[in-house]
Amino acid sequence: MSAEIEEKLQSMDLQEEDPSLMFDLSMKKKKKKSKKTEEEPVEEAQESQDAAPADAAEEDPMAMFGEKKKKKKKVKVEDDAAVEGGEEAAADGESFDFGDMKKKKKKSKKVDFSAFEDGQDQEGEDGARDPDDPFAADDDEGARSSSKGADSEEGWIGSNRDYTYTELLSRVFKILRQNNPELAGEKKRYTIVPPSVMRDGNKKTVFANVADICKRMHRQPEHVIQFLFAELGTSGSIDGSQRLVIKGRFQQKQIEAVLRRYIVEYVTCKTCKSPDTILTKENRLFFLQCEACGSTRSVSAIKSGFQAQTGKRAAQRVKAAA
Amino acid sequence: MSDIQNLQSYDPFADLGDSKDTGDQQGYIHIRIQQRNGRKTLTTIQGLPSNFDKKRMLKIFKKDFACNGTLVEDEELGSVIQLQGDQRVKVLTLLTTEGGIDKKQVKIHGF
Repeated sequence: MSAEIEEKLQSMDLQEEDPSLMFDLSMKKKKKKSKKTEEEPVEEAQESQDAAPADAAEEDPMAMFGEKKKKKKKVKVEDDAAVEGGEEAAADGESFDFGDMKKKKKKSKKVDFSAFEDGQDQEGEDGARDPDDPFAADDDEGARSSSKGADSEEGWIGSNRDYTYTELLSRVFKILRQNNPELAGEKKRYTIVPPSVMRDGNKKTVFANVADICKRMHRQPEHVIQFLFAELGTSGSIDGSQRLVIKGRFQQKQIEAVLRRYIVEYVTCKTCKSPDTILTKENRLFFLQCEACGSTRSVSAIKSGFQAQTGKRAAQRVKAAA
Repeated sequence: MSDIQNLQSYDPFADLGDSKDTGDQQGYIHIRIQQRNGRKTLTTIQGLPSNFDKKRMLKIFKKDFACNGTLVEDEELGSVIQLQGDQRVKVLTLLTTEGGIDKKQVKIHGF
């Protein structure tokens, strides 16, 4: 056994002394370096011609990732630009006040709470991006990355490697957005202020801006609150200054998740994904009518379902007796 | 013609009374969470199909999730499985993989 190992070691020694292999090793190192520093690869590709294709291939996935990120960021930047222009494409007066929203976001630096027009399928993507997505920080970061991305995007111009599909695609979108921002095919995002949630003492949670959120969704606060209580399996009350006091400890993101579900179920139109809907009650049934496309659908009533007993049984008995 | 009249005699929007126990909310299985004292929680599974042996399911749940639990009989909602701790996702995966239940049939509630 030991003899075998020794033999192997010797062969390895030999390999290391082999000049061609040495060269190979150094090549690898170079490649690694190029991977790390993204700005270099173009130059490097030019100076070492034979290594170019491999380099390009290795660089590609990175580029793709970069672009994907960039795309998302770009969208955001774009959105904000639209906000600043005050030119939200939606002509309906009922659309939410984006400017106001942004101000609030910047001030509080809180989570961006946005409901998607496409409930379920987009929710996954949303989860990947959200919820710790400080918007203010994202803005300048997005600008930086897009400026940096610009030279890597047209990276094939200087080098002799071929352009890739994704590069061309992002280029088309970039040009399209530059020339006519309103045509970019960006869906209007339906946004809502993040719920401001804080702890009240040890066992209660205060949800301060319920009234505001309900107003933005055009829903009765009672309905929203009923849903919240049913989903969270608790109870609570509204205090003097229109804040909701919920029994139990809840974090902002938990409340946010529940609100998101509420929006998917009771606010957005299933047909056209518009959030512009009204909820009406006709003999015990709730109907959701879309203002944008006129479709009507019935929505299930809120049911709290089974509630397990969590408190002390003695207290329960006293309550029942009283 | 008579067919149509027959149809008309049935008013689909007629008030069915309290719909709470009719069909148990369209046959959904509801998985809920409830907060207890401190950071403790309780998971309840409501609306399991009647051909499922809840006692055996409970046993499997308890063993698999390493938690305790009980079977609660509710006069309105039938038997409900209660488990200690937040077992919602685990229950869902077990129901879908072992129980042959479609994911759309299950509703997870709570935060």
